[in-house]
Order: sequence, then structure tokens, then C-alpha cells
Amino acid sequence: MKYELVIGLETHVELSTDSKLFCSCGGHSSPKEPNDCVCPACSGMPGMLPVTNKHAIELAVKAGFMLNCKINQYTTFDKKSYYYPDLPCAYQITQWFNPICVDGCVDLGERKIGIKQIHVEEDAGKLVHDEATNTSFVDFNRTSVPLIEIVSRPDFRSADEVITYLKKLKSSLQFAGISECEEGAMRCDVNISVRPEGSNELGVRSEIKNMSSLSEIKDAIEFEKVRHVDAIERHTEMLVQETRRWDDVKRRTFPMRNKETAADYRYFPDPNLMPIVIDDEWLEEIRASMPATAEEKAGHYEEMGIAAKEAGVLASDRKLSDTFDKVVAMGCNAKTAASWILTECMGQMKRLELTSLEIEPAKLARIIELVEGGEITRAAGKKVLSAVFENDVDVDAYCEENSLSAKIDNSFILETVCKVIAENGKAVEDYKNGKVKAMQSLFGCVMKELRGNGSPDVIREMLEAELNK
Amino acid sequence: MGYFINTINKSGTVAVDDTILVKDVPATAGSRMLENFKPLFSAEAVERLEKAGYVIAGKANVGEFGLDLAGETSYFEPVTENGCIKGAAAELVAKGEIKAAIGVDLNGAPRRAAALSGVDFIKPTYGTVSRYGIISCAASGEQVGVYASSAADIKDILGVIAGHDSKDGTSLPQEKYEYSLDEDVSSMKVCIIAELYEKADGDTKAKIDAYAEKIKSLGATVETVSLDCVEQAQTAWQILMAAETCNNVSRFDGVKYGYRTPEYKNIDELYVKSRTEAFGFLTKATVIYGSDVLSKGRYENCYDKALRIRRVVCDKVKAILASYDAILTPVCGKTEYKPYDALGAFEKVYEESVFTAIPSITGLPALSAKGVQLIADSFKESVLLSIAHGVERTEA
Repeated sequence: MKYELVIGLETHVELSTDSKLFCSCGGHSSPKEPNDCVCPACSGMPGMLPVTNKHAIELAVKAGFMLNCKINQYTTFDKKSYYYPDLPCAYQITQWFNPICVDGCVDLGERKIGIKQIHVEEDAGKLVHDEATNTSFVDFNRTSVPLIEIVSRPDFRSADEVITYLKKLKSSLQFAGISECEEGAMRCDVNISVRPEGSNELGVRSEIKNMSSLSEIKDAIEFEKVRHVDAIERHTEMLVQETRRWDDVKRRTFPMRNKETAADYRYFPDPNLMPIVIDDEWLEEIRASMPATAEEKAGHYEEMGIAAKEAGVLASDRKLSDTFDKVVAMGCNAKTAASWILTECMGQMKRLELTSLEIEPAKLARIIELVEGGEITRAAGKKVLSAVFENDVDVDAYCEENSLSAKIDNSFILETVCKVIAENGKAVEDYKNGKVKAMQSLFGCVMKELRGNGSPDVIREMLEAELNK
Repeated sequence: MGYFINTINKSGTVAVDDTILVKDVPATAGSRMLENFKPLFSAEAVERLEKAGYVIAGKANVGEFGLDLAGETSYFEPVTENGCIKGAAAELVAKGEIKAAIGVDLNGAPRRAAALSGVDFIKPTYGTVSRYGIISCAASGEQVGVYASSAADIKDILGVIAGHDSKDGTSLPQEKYEYSLDEDVSSMKVCIIAELYEKADGDTKAKIDAYAEKIKSLGATVETVSLDCVEQAQTAWQILMAAETCNNVSRFDGVKYGYRTPEYKNIDELYVKSRTEAFGFLTKATVIYGSDVLSKGRYENCYDKALRIRRVVCDKVKAILASYDAILTPVCGKTEYKPYDALGAFEKVYEESVFTAIPSITGLPALSAKGVQLIADSFKESVLLSIAHGVERTEA
């Protein structure tokens, strides 16, 4: 019998706000010392009250727009209670009764994935265990950092669809400035079951918690499919609805302790936070601030004369498209800029193993300008780019220090040509005897002497003139 | 010990209940759990008092988290006078040792304490005084209020502490509130709720009757009305209060600050032993009750229903206040309370809360004045203060 997978995803994404969800501590940002970014509110001291971060609400609404959701203009926060040392109040503020966005969808081309809801909630802290002293430490830096949880409907039928969806989600959220979606900042719970193809009933469901790497998600889904099918066909085990984790070393899922999953979270509306009413005016303000989607951008790039495939790559990553937009805005030709970014910059990223493009658009624009204007050769341009990637050098200063100018004095070129002719008697003779290849060898010598500078056409011209004298 | 848990300034004139934070001064909330807890900041109400030039005398003893009748569950030597339960702050005001005190009213304890000491306590309209810096329990109904021996003193202090605070999401937008003692009482209509009057003992009924006579002597009319939801209000507030308290005190887990049991084998034991050893019986009972009403399968019929009852009670009381300027009720069922067996605390407080529940669940302002309770519509504190001020003058 053939089986099909039924998968639903709960995806947690960190919002790009300047401060935490309910206090003024810095929100999303680079790693710090433990407990550097903590105040009495986010460490659960008595006396502090939560005050909602308006920007977080706006970003959640934007996410709703991106994912074609209906926005609940009356939305509330609720408390979810459980004890754990990384949760300082022993409750998490989340949205249980009236989530901010509902009923959306993500178009994967051939199929559409339904979005049940998006809700806003605060993150928990982090425990650090020191085996040496048998001590556990708590770091509250992440506590109360704003998250959205995007809950899909069980509409996925393969691991590939899940991966396509997550990639698409990531690029959409990055584009709208909703989330940086950095490594590990997008975490998924995967709900998975298996049923005979064509059946309308759902099989026994397992939930794999807290996955962040796409390859692990794919592997875990494949593993679960085999496990479920084996259980159904060969009765290898009795399937039960349970929560599991992925063990990346053993490459398999394993059940979590039952205790961790049997909790009753005792949800109730948070009396400290008044319901949020998003009136039409505010809603339109947020809508008006939406940036173009990846699709819209790609379309726009094609109109600028860029090939569909290249436009798609540029539009798929915010850093790439931002750099492209800025470089073009600085006056560079779109096709040229695209080629520099997609070929040269991505080449550098690959060489230096960078995951995102980090270059000042002004520097890239200057390099392109110098090359296009014939001030330096393309080879020299690549050399500068490499130096910018490695040491963030100043473009003009670097060109000067390394004598990269293509516009060196013609008399100097002539001097070099004469010198090379004088030093390579054999090659000169060969050339005069009709060996055309000898010309190439002499040309190479001149280029070497000039260290790649000087216009090749000028050099060739002078060389020929001198040899034919 | 006894009246003050911590003295701050001997020449101070205002005391602060120990459920309210004063920077760097231990705030115990009457609990062993917070015996050594030093807050990093002061409550907004305290800041405002200090800015207005008031000197804080010290932290007054309170029942654990303010959940009890009038302070008898404090871990730190509860106050009694002549063998009867007394609230520390109210008694300090009664003795003339301080001009006034501020305290958190979450289930009527300060209102009852004022009545037992023969002074006044006002629980203003919910949202008028910032809750920033109080050891919060019942967030949806608790308010910071004022103890004093006269309506005039209450007016002064309340005028200082009331007003919008952006640090409290439940704080109402109005920046300042002006209170008055001079509203025309002679044209006012006051009503007594029959169902609450009938629940009080003889001495208390006599107090209500006497107070009604004094109001009448000021020219106001006093009538009796019926309100058919006093017990529903009592039970619903009990449910909301316990659920919110259970949730708010869950942060006291022995991990970050406060009491931690000396020996534990794992995290569960740390939680259970710390909380078992540091919480008193009433807090434990409230936590268990609050946990139950929020649990799966009980939520709809308990917590959610209580929220719906809150709306009905609000509507019914507002309907009465559409025809009357104020409601007169008992604030306690009796005029004095003897210390009792701690195991009976939960039932004892529940029983008494029938008198205080309506202002708590509706957020309406209530004034406990010389042994009776006056309730008015939202923001009508001046009606309450003017009546009390008028009655005081008939006694002078």
C-alpha cells in the first residue's frame, strides 16, 4: 500500500524589534554576556507590570499581511502557566483566545498551505548546565524577546514541501523587515502523521519539537515516515500520540519524557494587559508601510532587464536585493550590478564561507564605476573587491597604494615595451620569423612588468608598432 | 515588629503596607517567602508621595500577600489589640502615630482593617492609582488605596497618588484627579442593599442604621434596595482573585530570589519544598483553589463563568447607581474578630468577602468609613468623601 504524509508546522520566529515585548530592555540583537539585557520586569521581580511593545504588534500584523491572513482587530494576551527555571514569572504571555492573525495561506505554486493563525508571544530564557560543578545557570537575555508563532494547517504532504515553505517564509519575513530569521532564530515544531494514500482520516500524530535546521527537519520527517509506516505495516511498535525530539547524532527521533508533555497550562486572559484594538486607520498605516514582496521585487528586476533566474536569486535574499537596489540607486547599470553581485560577490561569499552579503553598497558601486569607466581593469576590480571583503579597505586608497590604475602613463608603457623587446631577443626573432605566438609571449611579459595595469589594447598596439619598426 | 516590619524614618507621617515596594527596603508582603527580598525600585504611589514632600515612616505589617481578613496571617507577628485582630496600618492611624498609610486592597483586607480600628480606607476606582511597584496578586481588581482618620486626609493623599502612569497598562489615561469634600450631600440619594444588610450581625446593623440616620440629617434620602447577585459576586470574585493570585505568586519559586529550601535533590523538589516551607496556609489554599478553577475542564464553568458574572454584576450595580448617588453596606459582618485556627482561614475570608466583593469585582470606588462601606459610581470618589466628611461634622 502507498502511504502519504500529513504534516502541520508551528514555526516560531523572533521579531526584529528594538526592545523586548513587555519592557524596554534591548530586544533582538547580537549575543551578549549572560544576563546583560535584563530588568526587573523580564526577570520576574514583583512590582513590575507588562507594557506592550507597539512595534511588535505592527510586525505581527505585517506577517499577517504577508501570509494573506485576516487580521483580528480585537486581540488579547493570555497567560500560559508552567514551572521552569528559564521562565521567571512561571507563566508565558502569549495569545490563546484571540490571536492577532487567522486564516491565511502560503502559495507554494502547485499547492497552497493554509495558515491557521499567527500569534504573538514572549520567548523564555536559557539554561546553561555546568557539568564540572554540577550547577545550572539561568540566562534571562532572551526572556520576553518577542516572537510570532505561525501555525499552519496540516496541509503538507512531503518533506520537500515543508522545506520549500520554510524557505519561502524566511525570505518573506526578511523582506518585510519582520524578522532577521538568523541561524537558530526560526524554530519549528513538526506535527506529523501517516495515512494510506486517498484516505481522508488522520493517522496517529507525533510532534517533533524545537527544530531549527532545515536539513534536520527533512531528516526527521523522513525518519518519522519510515517509523510510522513500519508500525502500521509490520507492527514494529504501537503508535501513540506523543511529543518527540530529534537526536542529530543518532539521526533518529526519540520520545520526550511523558511528564514534560502532560502539562495543563491553565490559560487565562492576562488582566494586566488591556485588549488591543487595531482600528482601521492603524491597520491601513501598517499596510501602507509594507515593502514589496520577493515576487514583486523579482518582477521589478525583470523589468529592469535582468534575466528571470537571476532576478529570482537577487530577490530571494534581502541582503542581496538591498545591496542591488542601493548600488543601482547610486547610478550603476542594473545588469552590471546584478552580475557583480551574483558572480563576484557571491564568489567571495563562497570563498570566505559567508552566509550573508556584508558589503557597503557605496564601495561596490565605486568598484563597478572604476571598472566600467576604464579606470581599472576588471581583474583589478576583482582584486579590490576581494580586499574589501577581507579587510573592508577603502577602494580608492587601495587602488592607489597598489598602483591598480589602468590609466598609467603611455610613455611608461612604451618604456616597458622597449625594455621587454630588448630583453627577449629570442622571442623578437621568432616573431620576425613569422611565429605569431611569440607576440603573445611578449605581451604577457609586458603585462607582468606592468602588474596587470594598463589598457591591453594600448599595450598590444605599442608592442606591434615597436616590433614592426 | 508587630506594627512596622521595617522602620524607615521615625519622623515620617505616612506608612506603606508591606505589599508595596520602597526602594532598598525589604518588602515581605507578610510572607516568609520574601523575608529578605529587597526591591530595586519604589512603587509609583510611593514616588509620588515622596515627591509631594511626604516622609515615609516605615513598612506596615500585612497578612500574607494581603489575602486575609485584616492582617492576621502575617508571618511576622500579626497585630492584635485586646485579643482582637487588627490591621497594622489602620491601627497606627487610629493611634495617631501616622497621618495616613497606603495599602493594596485585593480582597477587602484594608477596608475591614479600617472598620476594625474605627478609621477610613478608600479603594479608588480601578485604574486611577498606578499598580506599578505593588506585589501584585489579583491584578483585575486590586487597587492601591489610602488609610486615614478623616475624609479630608484621604482626599489629600489620594489626590497625590492618583493619575496616569505609563508603566502600568491598566492605568487610565487621565493625568490628574481632583477630589472634593464639598459636593451637595443634601440632594443625594443613598440606598442600602437589603441582601448585604441582612447578612450582618446586630451590632453591625445598628452601625448601618446610625450612619443612615446621620446621612439623612444632612438632607439626603436613604432607601433600601434589592440586589439579587451579591453571592454570585462573592463567588465570582473569589474565583478571579484566587486564579490571578495563584498565577502571580507562582513566580515565587525559590529560583531567583526569596526563600529557597536548604536541601533539594532536583528542580521539582526545590520548587515544592521552597513553596511548602515559605507559604502560609491561606496562600496555599488560594493557590490550590486558583489552580483548580483554571484547569482544563474547569475553566469554562469556573473562570470563564466568573468573567461573565462580573459583567452581569457590573450592569446590575450600575443600574442601581443610575438612580442613587451612593450605596451603603456593611464592610464586615461583625464589629470584631478573634484570632482563629489558620486552617479555617480560607472559608473565613470567603464568608466575609461578600461585603467587599462588589467594589473589587466591578472596580467601583468604595470607602470604608467608621465601620460602614459606601460605594459610588466610577470616578465619584468625591461623592463618597463628601458624605463621609458631612457625617464626620455631625459627630464633631
